[in-house]
Amino acid sequence: MAMLSFERKYRIRGGTLVGGDLFDFWVGPFYVGFFGVTTLFFSVLGTALIIYGAALGPTWNIWQINIAPPDLKYGLALAPLQEGGLWQIITFCAVGAFSSWALREVEICRKLGIGYHVPFAFAVAIFAYVTLVVVRPLLMGAWGHGFPYGILSHLDWVSNTGYQYLHFHYNPAHMLAVTFFFTTTLALSLHGSLILSSTNPGKSEVVKTPEHEDTFFRDTIGYSIGTLGIHRLGLFLALSAGFWSAVCIVISGPFWTRGWPEWWGWWLNLPVWR
Amino acid sequence: MKTFFAVLGASIAFFLTVAMVGLTDWDRPPLAVQQNGFRGTAMAQVHTREAVEDTRDANLAPAPADPAEPGEELAGTTYENVQVLKNVSVNEFNRLMASMTEWVSPEQGCTYCHNTENMADDSLYQKKVARRMLQMTQHINSSWKENHVGGAGVTCYTCHRGQPVPANIWFTQPGPNRPGGFIARNNGQNMAAPSVGLASLPYDTLTEYLADKTIDNNAIRVNATTALPTTKGKPIQDAEKTYGLMIHMSEGLGVNCTFCHNTRAISNWSQSTPQRTTAWHGIRMVRDINGNYLEPLLSTFPPNRLGALGDVPKVNCTTCHNGVSKPLNGANVIDAYPELAKSTETASAADPSPPVTPSPVPDQPAMPVPTPQ
Repeated sequence: MAMLSFERKYRIRGGTLVGGDLFDFWVGPFYVGFFGVTTLFFSVLGTALIIYGAALGPTWNIWQINIAPPDLKYGLALAPLQEGGLWQIITFCAVGAFSSWALREVEICRKLGIGYHVPFAFAVAIFAYVTLVVVRPLLMGAWGHGFPYGILSHLDWVSNTGYQYLHFHYNPAHMLAVTFFFTTTLALSLHGSLILSSTNPGKSEVVKTPEHEDTFFRDTIGYSIGTLGIHRLGLFLALSAGFWSAVCIVISGPFWTRGWPEWWGWWLNLPVWR
Repeated sequence: MKTFFAVLGASIAFFLTVAMVGLTDWDRPPLAVQQNGFRGTAMAQVHTREAVEDTRDANLAPAPADPAEPGEELAGTTYENVQVLKNVSVNEFNRLMASMTEWVSPEQGCTYCHNTENMADDSLYQKKVARRMLQMTQHINSSWKENHVGGAGVTCYTCHRGQPVPANIWFTQPGPNRPGGFIARNNGQNMAAPSVGLASLPYDTLTEYLADKTIDNNAIRVNATTALPTTKGKPIQDAEKTYGLMIHMSEGLGVNCTFCHNTRAISNWSQSTPQRTTAWHGIRMVRDINGNYLEPLLSTFPPNRLGALGDVPKVNCTTCHNGVSKPLNGANVIDAYPELAKSTETASAADPSPPVTPSPVPDQPAMPVPTPQ
């Protein structure tokens, strides 16, 4: 397969975490590696099981296909395949596939001699997923606390899980997560609009430099974080959103079983005015 | 100056963080979760195992008194001024009086209600209230048996728990005493009231929905019943009042919203659990009790028993339930006291309140018939 002119420079042997040279080759433009193989294995098996689960179910409607976790009565044991066992195996495959992909990213970073920012960022997303379907169910004592795999069914799960705590918007970590999500989009929209406007100048004008960009934000909001800083900020905001999402769900149930509005009793109980 | 404010801000943030983590009564595993919906719907009641045990122990039904000796004599002929329990044998009558003392005034004894010089004397307001409460108990056990209390029934102890005034009664909230100023009005909300689980929701939702026996049957429903709007619909403030009432019901029963609702379609009866029907009737029962048994006692209660606005003490879900979905852990309390199981109230009853006309079955055909969503 054709290779881009500069690509040869990046196809470097070594840097693998396991397996040495065994899978250290490319198929077309794609690096394989040990973790590429495991990614492929888990994702193909998991996807096939999802299709099998859909075939067992009552509908092929893409919105309504639902692969639900086991009943709570099975606790942390394995459930029969058609009563949540599929969900358990699919979850195992998903965690395996996501983690393999992150480790494959690590190997590529090592080959290129760059930092681990990309696999780290992806790892935060995996962390949030694992918190939802592994850590929280373990803490609560049943795999049945994981969310079902289905486009609408997982939304129903989110709704009911929120209402298990009467008013989820009072969950302090949920507040932080939502704030970080919104701030991420705000920062991205500020940054994106700045880049688009400076690289698409008016007719007969030149493309603007970072000095123009800095000046624009110094004039409008009094401060410019700079060309490098905005990407650090974006990474921080996005990862914080994912991190606090994981926190907000893992405290709901294992560490707080009542309505979230009640949690704010700590404010009413401050020794200052108790 | 900049450094000063930075240090000050950091210190405040630090102490608030310590306070919110340290002052919170966190739970911790192991949990005892009860599933009440299809797997994966997250319809489940989440409690710690410790809390389940504590709640169970706090809601044990007392053992019933030893059965009375059989006897022919009727209380109505032997004693003077017996109005509600006329047709009960003297032995049964005395057994019930002893039980009532245990249930309601174990420390105060008979003299809480009775003038021991003359037991027939009605001079103490407590006796008049107790008589009306007996009628209320009979009414709950007969008229609301099918739709709400079931075979378990209620006795005085269901609410009183050994206290003359039940722990969980409520009055109309007067709101903040603020005649003017920067925030002259609060729209009846933002008080972190216990009745709405410390949420900012309207704090007097109980008066709105549980005190008025003539309220429209659809007052609580705020969801539209049609896919597209046909009228202006209800304002969002009504939704918040309903939310406040629902939080009260959850807190009172020690359950969460998914005990009755599949929240993907909260208003849809066909997706709700059977418990929602029981709760629906329970709301009507509370209105019946408040409107027909407690409001009429307004002139009987002394002023110190009334609320800030001069209203009678009223009941809500918590009054009986005390944090469990079935009061007293669902124990059958009525079989041992058959005299409390049927209504003896007649039009000639001493109390001037109108005869009770329960309507546990709604007049409106729309409820609780499933609404198409």
